[in-house]
Order: sequence, then C-alpha cells, then structure tokens
Amino acid sequence: MKPCRFEYARPGSVDEVLDLLAEHGSEAKVLAGGQSLVPALNMRLARPTVLVDINDVFDLDNVAETDRALRVDALVRQADPRLRRIPLVAQALPFVGHFVTRNRGTLAGSIAHADAAAELPLALTVLGGHVVVASKNGRREIPADEFFVSHYTTELRPDELVVETVWPLPRPGESFAFEELAQRHGDFALCMCAVTAGADGLRVGLGSVVDRPTLVEVDPKHPGASAAEQVDPPGHLHASPQYLRHLVEVLVDRAVARARGAAA
Amino acid sequence: MTTAVGQETWVGRPLQRLEDDALLKGLGRYMDDIEPVANVRHAAILRSAFAHARITRLDPSAALELPGVVGVLTGADVLELSRPFPVGVDGVRPYYAAATDVARYAGEPLAVVVARDRYIAEDALELIEVDYEPLDPVLDPEQGELVSDRSFSYGEPDAAFAEAALVVRERFTFPRWSCQPLETYGVVADWDEGSGVLTAWANFQGPFTLHSVAAGALGLPGSRLRLITPSDSGGSFGIKAAVYVYVVLIGLASRKLGVPVRWTEDRLEHLVGSAASTSRRTELEAAFAADGELLALRYDVLEDVGAYLRAPEPATTYRMHGSLTGAYRCRSVAARNRVVLTNRCPSGLNRGFGGPQLYFPLERTMEIGARRLGLDPAAVRRRNLIAADAFPYRTPSGGLYDSGDYEACLDDALELVRYDERREEQAAARAEGRLVGIGLACVVEPSISNMGYVTLAQTAEERAGTLPKSGNAEGATVAIGPLGGITIRIATTPQGQGHKTVCAQVVADVLGVQPDEVEVLTEVDTSTTAWTVASGNYSSRFSGVGTGAVYLAAQKIAAKLQAIRDHLGDESLSLRRAAGIAHWHPDALPEGMEAGLYETAYFAAPNLAPPDNDDRVASSAAHGFLVDVAVVEVERATGEVRVLDYVTVHDAGRLLNPLLAEGQVRGGFAHGIGAALFERVVYDDDGNLLTGTFMDYLCPTAPDIPRLRLGHRETPSPFTPLGAKGLGEGTTMSVPAAMANAVADALGVEDVELPLTPSRVWELLSR
Repeated sequence: MKPCRFEYARPGSVDEVLDLLAEHGSEAKVLAGGQSLVPALNMRLARPTVLVDINDVFDLDNVAETDRALRVDALVRQADPRLRRIPLVAQALPFVGHFVTRNRGTLAGSIAHADAAAELPLALTVLGGHVVVASKNGRREIPADEFFVSHYTTELRPDELVVETVWPLPRPGESFAFEELAQRHGDFALCMCAVTAGADGLRVGLGSVVDRPTLVEVDPKHPGASAAEQVDPPGHLHASPQYLRHLVEVLVDRAVARARGAAA
Repeated sequence: MTTAVGQETWVGRPLQRLEDDALLKGLGRYMDDIEPVANVRHAAILRSAFAHARITRLDPSAALELPGVVGVLTGADVLELSRPFPVGVDGVRPYYAAATDVARYAGEPLAVVVARDRYIAEDALELIEVDYEPLDPVLDPEQGELVSDRSFSYGEPDAAFAEAALVVRERFTFPRWSCQPLETYGVVADWDEGSGVLTAWANFQGPFTLHSVAAGALGLPGSRLRLITPSDSGGSFGIKAAVYVYVVLIGLASRKLGVPVRWTEDRLEHLVGSAASTSRRTELEAAFAADGELLALRYDVLEDVGAYLRAPEPATTYRMHGSLTGAYRCRSVAARNRVVLTNRCPSGLNRGFGGPQLYFPLERTMEIGARRLGLDPAAVRRRNLIAADAFPYRTPSGGLYDSGDYEACLDDALELVRYDERREEQAAARAEGRLVGIGLACVVEPSISNMGYVTLAQTAEERAGTLPKSGNAEGATVAIGPLGGITIRIATTPQGQGHKTVCAQVVADVLGVQPDEVEVLTEVDTSTTAWTVASGNYSSRFSGVGTGAVYLAAQKIAAKLQAIRDHLGDESLSLRRAAGIAHWHPDALPEGMEAGLYETAYFAAPNLAPPDNDDRVASSAAHGFLVDVAVVEVERATGEVRVLDYVTVHDAGRLLNPLLAEGQVRGGFAHGIGAALFERVVYDDDGNLLTGTFMDYLCPTAPDIPRLRLGHRETPSPFTPLGAKGLGEGTTMSVPAAMANAVADALGVEDVELPLTPSRVWELLSR
C-alpha cells in the first residue's frame, strides 16, 4: 500500500493551482483533505503524476453569505462549525465518515469526489445548490443536478478546480430531513434520502441506491412507495435489490414525515 | 499445589496494567519499531491474481532492472531452497511458502521483490510478468478435496435416538471470519551465510510447534532458526500464528539475496493472504426426551480449511473434541469430521478456535429443541447441565472438566438479566407488534490446549507409529541480580493482554515485593528463552500454565533465598542482601548450593494425556463456564437488530486480575458481536475475495458494540497452580449463538444465518 511515484506541488494561490492544472491536465490530482484520495493513492487506484496540494492556498478558506446562500470555499473542512447554518448539511454531517475524517475532509472534496454513496453530494443536489469551478479560462457555476454524472464522475474538466460550493439557506417555513441506513456507524450507507419540505412542496433525493444523487418526484400521499417505484438498485455483498428498494420506501417515508413534522 | 490467595495478596487485585504508561505514550516496541540489524532491505510480495491457475511463466527481468531493486525470490527458488511445511495429516498436497507451479488461492505469494525501500519494491512488483493458465476453482466445500475423514462414536447414540421423543436435525453454517488486529504481520530475516543460522524477528504468537514446522520447511535444525519476538505485539487473537509462513518466505529471500530483509504486511495483504477461521457446515442431530433431557448428539462436520492444510490445522476441527457435549451431561455422542480443501486462503487460529463453530449448532439446537417441545429454553438448559458435584467430570469424548457450578452460573445470569420479567416484557412487546427476542448460550470454555488432540485426525493405529503427544507445558525464568533487581522472562508472547502485570503480581506475592519492582521480559528468543513446543499465546493458556511456570520459578528462587537466611541464621535478611550474597559472596552459601539466583521452571498441566485407543482425549486442561443471555429487538421496517440487554456470567476459576479478566470478556464479546452481526469473509464464484478492504469486511467499531453487563463466579481449577482458568475466548464462542437464538426468538423462525445483517433479517421477516 505505497503510492506510485508522483511529483508534489504545493502552490500558494488559486492562480498557481490553475496554472498547474492547465499544464498537467488529467495527469494531475488535487489534494485537499485527502480522506478519499490518499487511500486511493496508497492502493494505487489513483495514479496521478502530479499531486497539487492546495492546503497552502489560504484564500480558499472562507464561508460567505450572499443572496440567501452560503458560499463555502474549497478548503473548508467538514467539521467547520460555520456549516451548521445549513440545516440539511448539519443533519447529514454526522453520517459522513468519522469525527477525525471530518476534521480533515473538505466539503468541496466530497463534492468533487462524487461518490454516489456520499451524503454531501446528495444534500447539495436536494438543496438545489451549485458548484463553482475555475480554470485559466475563467469561472463557471454548475447546478448540482448537472454536476454529478455518475459514480466518481462529474462535469469537472481536468484543468478545473472546484473553488466554491453554493448552499441555499432555508426559506421561511422550509424544513429538512436526512435519513440513512448504514451497517456500521460511519460506513457508506446502504440507502440514504434527503428531503426538503416547504411552500413549493416536497423535494426528495436519493443516494447510494443510484449511481448519482437523484431527485425523484413523489406522490405526497405515498412518498416512500412512489419513490421506490422509480429506482432499480443493483444488489451487492451487503444487501439484496429487494431490500434496497424496500429501504427507499422506509427512509423516504421517515424523512418526509420528519420534515413535515418539523414544518408543522 | 494450589496456594491460598486472599485480599492481602497482589494476585486477585484489579491492578492497573504496568504496560499502559509506555503504550499510551506511544513508547511500545512493536515489530515495525525495532531495527534489530543494519542495512535492512524491504520486501513486497507479488500475489496471485487468480484463485486457481497454473503459472506458466514468471519473468522478473524488468523488475530486476529497476534502480533500487536488490533481487527477486520466485516460486522456483522456493521450490529449490525449501521443503513443504510439515503437517499432521499424511498425503496432502504439499504446501510451500510460495506457489511453485500452481496458485491455489487469490493472494497466494508468487514472488518476493527486495528493494531499497517498500515503494520501489511495490513499483517492481508491477514489472514482473506473469502468465496464468486459469484453472477451475473449487469454492463449494461439498466439492472440495477431502483430506481427512474420521468418525467417532461414544456411548450409545443409536439406542438414544431410537428412544427419543424428539429428534432435531438441522444444518448450520458458521462463516469464515477473521481477527484483524491493529498491527499486521511483520518479519525481519537475516540469513548468516557463515554460521548457517537464520535469525528472524517476527510478531509471532506461538504455538511454538510452528517454529519446528518453519525449521522443517527451511531444512534447518531448530537450533539454526533463531526466532525472536518483539516485546510488544499489536493484537493477534490467533491470527499471527501463521506469520511463520512468512518467516520462511522472507528468510529464503534473505538467504538467496544475501541481505537482511524486512517485510511489513499491509492491510490489503492481511485481508487477502494471512489467515482466517475455517468455515464449518454442521449437520447436527439431537435426540431429546419429552421432558427436555438431551439424550444424544450426532455431528456431521464439513470443515473448509482453504487451499492447503496448513499446520496446526486440522486443529480447528479437534480443539473442542473433549467438549462435543458442551455443558450437558448427555452421555452419547457421535461425530463425523471431514476436512476439505477449497481455493481460499488457508485457515488458521482465530479467537475461539473451533468454539464458535461448535456452539453455534449446539446452542441453536438446544433452543430449537426447547421450542419444539414447548419448553422454556432456560429450563431445558438447567435440565441438562452437569451437576456441581460431578466434577472433575469426564465427558464421553474424553474431556476432563476440572471444576464448576454450572447451575449457579445459570441462576446468576437469569437473575442479572431478570429473566422472568424479560419474558413478561417480551410478551407485552409482542402484543404491541414489536419483535423482541431472548436468546441464551451456555458455553464450556476450554483453556490450555493439549497438543495431542490434533492427532485425532489420525487413527489409533496411525498414532501408534508416532511419538505420543500431550504438549501443553510452559517455561519461565526468574532471576535476581547482584543489586536485588528481579527479572522475569516468559515465553507467552503477549499481544496486549497484560502478561507483564500478572507475572509481576504473582512474583510480588512469592517474593514479598511490590509488582513495580519486577521487570518482565516478554521478548522470546528461541535460542535463549526457556520455552517448549507448546509455548505461546493461544488457547487462553497464560493464566493457567503461563503464570504456573512463573509461580514455580519464583518459588525456586524464594526457597533458595530462604535457605540462605536459614544458613546464616538471620530470618530478617533482606531480599537484596540475600541475593547479594548469592552473587558477591558464594563462600557464605550453604554447602552444595550453586552461586547466583537464576531459576527456570516448567509447568505442565497434570491432567492431559495423548488420545487413548478409543479416540478419547482430554483436549484441554481447564474449563471455564459462561452463560449469556441476549435480549434483542428487531426493527420490522429495516431488519436492524438492536440489543436491549446483554449479560454474561463467567466462571474462569480464580481471577488473577479482575480488571484484565473483564477486558478479556469485553474483547471476546466485541469479536463475538462481529461474527453475530457484521463479519464474514466472502469470495465470489471465481474465488476473488470480495471483502478485501475494511469497506466490505465489517469489523464492528466502538459505537457498534452494545452495552455488556458482567457477572463472575470463582471456582478454582484443581489443575493449575493458582487455580486460574483461561477466559479470553468464551464470549467469542457464546455471542454468535446467543444472538442468533435471540433473533430467531424475536422472529419466530428457526433458520437464522450468520452474520445477522439487516438485509438478511429483513428477508426472514418478509418471507
């Protein structure tokens, strides 16, 4: 479990990072918290020739409120107390890894990694948030629902860096619920569900049982059953397809009931 | 030979561990901390990508060209430089430290790269070209190659079955699982061409029979394999016994390449290629009378030991042979034991070693029998427990249970859990539609293995031609230096159990000193330590024979000190002064007394003999007892199992240190919860390991372990010097059975499988 040989760069500014990414493209990999990347390096599943460590880019550590959204810079750690202002994230974070991994892992890193069984991509999708990416050619802001393509696959181009994630803040009367079931505390969930309930009705998203965070239209009277009809999860070592589909129904119903309860 | 120990002694006190101060400061000396020899190079191991394949070509030339690479040891070298590992069954396929022509499990070593550092070594692995010719793997134990098939019958099982009111016949599978200590295997090997001695440092844990096995494979007399263990080991729970295979492999690399070589196993290697428990399929038939009396048992065991029969296997199959009837006075039992090979990593020691595989079918069957007879499962246990006045009790298969009061333990456990109230609460919960269940397990926990039990894999006629075996002895040395400093040297290779603390307590009592005045050396050096073929840290033998040897050696020292005092007519002579005389002033010693104070003693349990001609064997010297009661609730919506209460009441003889005893029970419980709810090693149909990382091999973590409530009784063993029995494995044996019983009770079903994952439990619910 030793990584392949790589060059290590520790730039001090976003511009330097973007220069390096422009130069090395898909040969480069960005290191932020490293909680997914470093194990992948050690198992030689990731084999970048250049590792671009952004931990010295001090102007990537801000959390700013603008336009009823929280704009979270790329180096803000999952354990950062400022994130508690996003209720759905506050609910989801205890499920994200463990205390020590959240101290190091970043919000943006989890978004860029795009594990289909990760909580934060699902939360961003359900909230209707955005991902701000930058390259030497400029910035673009991608809606979360478009950003996530499939397992570990996003719209991020090789020369782009996720510089910011944008998390809408609660509107009056809006309430949130996050539910998941994992076999052990901190494991990737067998199934997860995030819900917002507000004036516009329900917004329901699923993770783990799909290959990307997925919004589903639900029947408000039978939210769980109607959600379960829309997924076709493959079974795996830890759970059968029937069980996973059943979990969708159970967790969606729970989350919806809890969000409605909180709203009432 | 027992000693009275009371409140005034150090033994019996919950003394904090003397080890902890250094360990908590990060000052432990583990395998990877020690640098015993200069200029060490680093090894990485190329492992088979297939579960079963002929290696038609293995070309390391590109790897050899990589700068920093010292050389490569291949399977062909292993074939040339070593012999197959000896094993206790004749005619099995030869097992070498690396595949020599055919790889038989995914992860089997094919070659070793030695380089300046581990990074380069791993880079070089990718440059070795291997051509595989895939062969069909065998994963189904029913199709596995049969390497041992023995049948046993004791008492009158056929007659008992003929008169039974109820016969329960069910099939149980205990899955392959593992230990996963924090510290993985590690070896430093240094072949000295001049002397022909291989010195190897490894975090080996015994049994030291395996030193003989390794020396045999290396073609060395035992005196030329100098095996040294570091003072600290980061857990083992059995699994590090099999590091001996890598002592040979890395030793051969050092021999071929002429450099000292270090290999530190990584977690991926540990999961794919160290060892795991056997998986066992048992068809168990039980004859009951209408009143719940257990009349007879008939086992049909199919044991999957993986790709090779690796010593000490088939020990898993026979470790519990004296306890086939468990805690019950049933006098008729039959067993057929078949041991088969499949294309999985070879099995090895794993906490509980054969116990979980026995008690899962036995205790499930007791529960099923009670259910079908309409009797309370606790009452059926009580009906059958061996009576307190029956000890020492000889089981039909030859086990000699030393002491106990099983019914009192059961009473304690039922009282602790408030059994009758729990049953009422269960009825009330069921009326509300909740799924609450209660499960028991009664487990006789053997400790101090008799190495002779493994020879049951041979017939009496085959055994007659070999050296009879009853190995179980341990050695220890106690010495006092010229300034009065006391040093103990032991060969029980602790892996975190606190042996230093307990040894210091024992010697403090005998010599009248404080425990922290006693230095305890835990490093074993097979060239200088007092050890036997049975030495090491397994079968929970430390508290019985490990401390027994220390106790006897300390008594020798105490007797010598007393003789000096008597000779000088000065009863008040201090230990330091008396010891000083033995060193500085031999002229003052009694006539005939040797100078110095350095005493070695060996202790062997007095009650162990080789198997007799009727295949009866006292498979262990001491037998503790425990009763567990699990109260669980299954969540109907998700199949999750929640533990509402769990109690365990132990009788492990005299508790030398109650604090450490509790730690052992809790550790065994955590491991047992792993087997019950989380852990199993899974291979796909092609023999690829699916549980190759901690994402899929689910060891429970701290938040996943339910609360445990403990009780203790102390019925001393008459066969160990301090009256102590082992207790490190009991809950690992009991918890899978008790939890399965509780979940089966909650669901009202009989066919529960381990581990009881949410998906599986939900599927039982939704049938």
